[in-house]
Amino acid sequence: MEAGSALTLIELGAVFFCLGILGRLAGRIGLSPIPLYLLGGLFFGHGGFIELEGLNEFSEIASEIGVILLLLMLGLEYTAKELVTGLRQSWLAGVLDIVLNFTPGAVVALLLGWGPVGAMVMGGVTYISSSGIVAKVLTDLDRLGNRETPVILSLLVFEDLAMAVYLPILTTVLAGASFAGGMQAVGISLVVVTVVLIVALRFGNVVSAIVDSKDREVFLLTVLGAALLVAGVAAAMQVSAAVGAFLLGIAISGATATNATRLLEPLRDLFAAIFFVVFGLNTDPATIPPVLGIAILLVLITSTTKIATGWWAARQHGVGRLGRARAGVALIARGEFSIVIAGLAVASGAITGELAALATAYVLLTAVLGPVAARLVEPVMGRLQRRPRPEPLPAT
Amino acid sequence: MKVDKTPLPGIGMRKDIVTSSGRRIGTVTQRDGETALIISRQDDPDACLVSVPLTADEAATLGNLLGAHQLVAQLTEEHRDLPGVNTRQFLITRGSPFEGYRLGDTRMRTRTGASVVAALRDGKVEPSPNPDFTLQTGDLLVAVGTSDGLEAAAEILGGG
Repeated sequence: MEAGSALTLIELGAVFFCLGILGRLAGRIGLSPIPLYLLGGLFFGHGGFIELEGLNEFSEIASEIGVILLLLMLGLEYTAKELVTGLRQSWLAGVLDIVLNFTPGAVVALLLGWGPVGAMVMGGVTYISSSGIVAKVLTDLDRLGNRETPVILSLLVFEDLAMAVYLPILTTVLAGASFAGGMQAVGISLVVVTVVLIVALRFGNVVSAIVDSKDREVFLLTVLGAALLVAGVAAAMQVSAAVGAFLLGIAISGATATNATRLLEPLRDLFAAIFFVVFGLNTDPATIPPVLGIAILLVLITSTTKIATGWWAARQHGVGRLGRARAGVALIARGEFSIVIAGLAVASGAITGELAALATAYVLLTAVLGPVAARLVEPVMGRLQRRPRPEPLPAT
Repeated sequence: MKVDKTPLPGIGMRKDIVTSSGRRIGTVTQRDGETALIISRQDDPDACLVSVPLTADEAATLGNLLGAHQLVAQLTEEHRDLPGVNTRQFLITRGSPFEGYRLGDTRMRTRTGASVVAALRDGKVEPSPNPDFTLQTGDLLVAVGTSDGLEAAAEILGGG
């Protein structure tokens, strides 16, 4: 065996092993492992404590597969019907969400002189809540039966659909396209998303039947192959590989989607972990302290705007004050997609390295703050509301 | 009774009813089939007091227990004028000797004089089940007979 590949194996093994320990730690304290993976990447990478050299080739393609799997699984989670009903029920709250949460990131980027492209990227980073972290928090805190939960989930659905339009535009803009080119991308992606939704609603069984198989191995290879093919073709057409995978996920439905989710979950976890680590690896930890102040300010502003969004949306559905607060706070966590957006931007080389540092610090802070705040919101609200007398006992 | 069905995108479905005492009671079923019983909080009807995960067996049994309550009360009421006739319910548990066998195989009426007048499965009532009704875990049998007969029936269903 060559010395080079031996080194790669050792480094890769060491990284996975450390991630495993970090993941266990995260589970122990009820946190999402994403911030810890990022920290792990920072620790190992350029300018970190230990610099890893042998990982580049493997990690680059692996982290791209990580993004594709993240988006494919997101698509698998939703049925086309849920997306359409979600869109119909929550579009107003969804638009408010965009206005309130895209703006702070975009304004900060403009103030820092990162230009319109930087504004577009940072807006996306601060806009999208982490559906992974939010769903985990809701499950862990036994809030799935709560009345504000469907409100939170349909906002997440709206955000994820917005990604399907946003990512292709971002890809075109990052590639240095003109305004007209950008508009063309908007047009193409809107048409593609609509077509996929219609196809998935009408012919979801056909798409599912094509990839479905009773044999686990055959099924895994077909689904994974289809996802990479669609992603590759989408990338070649400048429509963003990730969105291609997302749309394929939406088109696969029913039992096929459930089985695919079960099979792909471990692969997604592995490759997504590599993606987060690689993003951390490519960020120099020394660039973070200078932007930390801005990151904290941005966290404070966008946590307030997310709480406002959730509060308003929950009130529209007749949820009480405490439930409104829970809905707002649940949305604070940003995670995988903010990193996906920042990762696309970094890979294109069209933006400054400071942006990656700011995005990293921002996601680290919100991904930790979100779940913690979700646990604290009830006692805090309880103290704020200070009830004059205890609730009467139920008459029995 | 109106059951509210609320889709939880990406997770599953919530079904609940609002009781006359103002509590929301229902289930949350996740994609993978995991079901939990939810009961809303008294002071905050939007939130849940508990969320108890149930297996398919447990959920079906719970449904039968709740459904049987009314049926047994009704039968007891009807038999009030017939002294010596009692109503009793028997739950077919996992490992019960007649699990998977037909009702006729128990030869309950021949052996004890008690007759099974109804069976509850998945919250539905099967009135006077046939002898070839196959018993499953979670089924709740409602039998009518004398105290001694019902005692003997309990022994048969419990230990053969």
